[in-house]
Amino acid sequence: MASTQQMLTMYRKMLLARRFEEKAGQAYGLKKIQGFCHLYIGQEAVVVGVNEALRESDWVMTGYRDHVHPLVRGADAGMLMAELYGRDGGYSKGKGGSMHFFDIEHGFYGGYGIVGGQIPLAAGMAFASKYRNEDRVTVCSFGDAAANQGAMHETFNMAVKWKLPVLYIVEQNKYGMGTDIARVSSVPDIHKRAPGWDMRGEAVDGMDVMAVYEKAKELVEWIRAGNGPVLLEAYTYRFRGHSMSDAATYRTKDEVEQEKQRDPILKLRKQLLDKKAATEAELDAIDDEEKAVVEKALAFADASPLPPDSDIWTHGLVEEGEADVKPRERVLGATDVKWPAFPTDFKVTWDLEPKGPPATPSTAKKGAA
Amino acid sequence: MAELAYREALNQALAEEMARDPRVFLMGEEVARYDGAYKVSKGLLDKFGSARVVDAPISELGFGGLGVGAAMAGLRPVIEMMTWNFAILAMDQIVNSAAKLRHMSGGQLRCPIVFRGPNGAGGRLSSQHSQALEANYAHFPGLKVIAPGTPADAKGLLKAAIRDENPVIFMEAELLYGLKGEVPDGELVIPIGKADVKREGSDVTIITWSRMLTACVLPAAEQLAAAGINAEVIDLRTIKPMDEEAVAASVKKTNRVVIVEEGWGYAGFGAHVADFIHRECFDDLDAPVARVTGLDVNMAYAENLERLIQPSVPRIVEAVNQVLYR
Repeated sequence: MASTQQMLTMYRKMLLARRFEEKAGQAYGLKKIQGFCHLYIGQEAVVVGVNEALRESDWVMTGYRDHVHPLVRGADAGMLMAELYGRDGGYSKGKGGSMHFFDIEHGFYGGYGIVGGQIPLAAGMAFASKYRNEDRVTVCSFGDAAANQGAMHETFNMAVKWKLPVLYIVEQNKYGMGTDIARVSSVPDIHKRAPGWDMRGEAVDGMDVMAVYEKAKELVEWIRAGNGPVLLEAYTYRFRGHSMSDAATYRTKDEVEQEKQRDPILKLRKQLLDKKAATEAELDAIDDEEKAVVEKALAFADASPLPPDSDIWTHGLVEEGEADVKPRERVLGATDVKWPAFPTDFKVTWDLEPKGPPATPSTAKKGAA
Repeated sequence: MAELAYREALNQALAEEMARDPRVFLMGEEVARYDGAYKVSKGLLDKFGSARVVDAPISELGFGGLGVGAAMAGLRPVIEMMTWNFAILAMDQIVNSAAKLRHMSGGQLRCPIVFRGPNGAGGRLSSQHSQALEANYAHFPGLKVIAPGTPADAKGLLKAAIRDENPVIFMEAELLYGLKGEVPDGELVIPIGKADVKREGSDVTIITWSRMLTACVLPAAEQLAAAGINAEVIDLRTIKPMDEEAVAASVKKTNRVVIVEEGWGYAGFGAHVADFIHRECFDDLDAPVARVTGLDVNMAYAENLERLIQPSVPRIVEAVNQVLYR
């Protein structure tokens, strides 16, 4: 069970996420943010619950609905907002924008704009961990619609075969852009496909942060123990359209209103009050504090200059001897940046395919008997 | 100096780099127990074990992307594509992930990975298995593209590619694997981006890369020499970044250029080379640059058609005569 302190932390982080996204939406309306912009409003319990179950050293990646994943891991809200604004103070100096957040310091390895593109990458990162005998878990989120990409099938096959330490999370929000997942999927409950790869598949109420946390904790431990990958489907809902330009006419107002009754933030608030873990006033104060964080983030983004024109030519290729950019150090002059130092000298002890007779498909075995 | 086949030179490069650096691993279809579809990885499984020489399922997009992820996390993957025709299935991960990670992350991430395998015609394989695809990859910022034509260059450039901090497209050729050539003993690392003068000459410059060098350019140069024409042969070796200096120096010397490439002419890499020469060396030219390319058709299976579709000695000689106004 989560401690009261953890519940309050999760409450705070969900509010930070919500307020950040609301303001990002407003800034989009003011044309301070342009291009594609996909908000996470409504889905906060998934990211926050999973994050609470992770270690700092674990790695996280997701698709293009990626603002909140680094935010709850400790990324600087102002620098994230500055990236949305396309400014020099952003994590990628305005090169990535909304869909391509990266915060390596906090183990966030990216927002990817090609649906499902992150799925094989996560397996590769988990492969590297296992190759070096590290007990790290990689967590990779994607939407329900990404499950229809061939990349998922190809990756799950390998991840299970090689027992890679990776937790795949389907943020099941029922729609791939404007298309109901059930309209285009023979098996719309994605976790039910897991047995096809001999993979552990689980489901959880993605609007209940406590349930997500408990489930993620169990699965992350199982993965860390060397049992291989897991597919966790978190049933959630996005309260906004697919992106800022989506009026979401493919679903009824009733449906959206009904889902809003399941707002994960209100649910946790009620649980905290019922538990008498905090008073209404204390919980409101948390909200005010997070609103202030976001206001500061907006001001930071506003004040941040555009990147210099000469930046067109930077970060295409790594030049000889060129170091990696540590964004908080570059932008804020931070001196406490932790940066991964991958070992260059180690012994590989993993036997990925112990020698023995080749496995025979079960149907062939039956035929022989 | 030892005489090695192209595939043996590649094998040496892999074995040496894997012994030198535990981060290097090889993954691809048939690379481990089968010793590689073209035997490039012969013996490596026994030397380095099953985590470093990995038989992948037939999932180019999947293991291509897995390699990119491993590179992001501090390893040095060498991903073998059984041929570049199949790598088309992995192109999303190569161009949308590998080539863009450094950029999208604003310099936080690097992706030191090599994608390698045979490119171009393999001999009577028809259209799906005979494509020379280097121009496709040369088009994308964020990638380096290498296409060596000799065993020594193959070894030295593969070692450099594995040590490079960027994603490298390394193009071999099915019809080169058996080619023998002198390979210097000891450590051999050839810098990426440096062309090589494979034959000195003064009358005309023939620019090429990969298999065309030995398949038809050098034989054409010999035939021209017998007719009193002294051709200089520039082997680019690296497609991107191209050695502009070496090209310009040779054009300045001969004033006439023929570019020979196996791939299609339409938007082929030779068009870029010609563009560079016209932009930067116009005053040195005594004739418009000529190109000899694969014909702009899909590759046929029939022996005569396959031969006619590819560049050949007579077509090169004809192009040289054209730029010499003979």
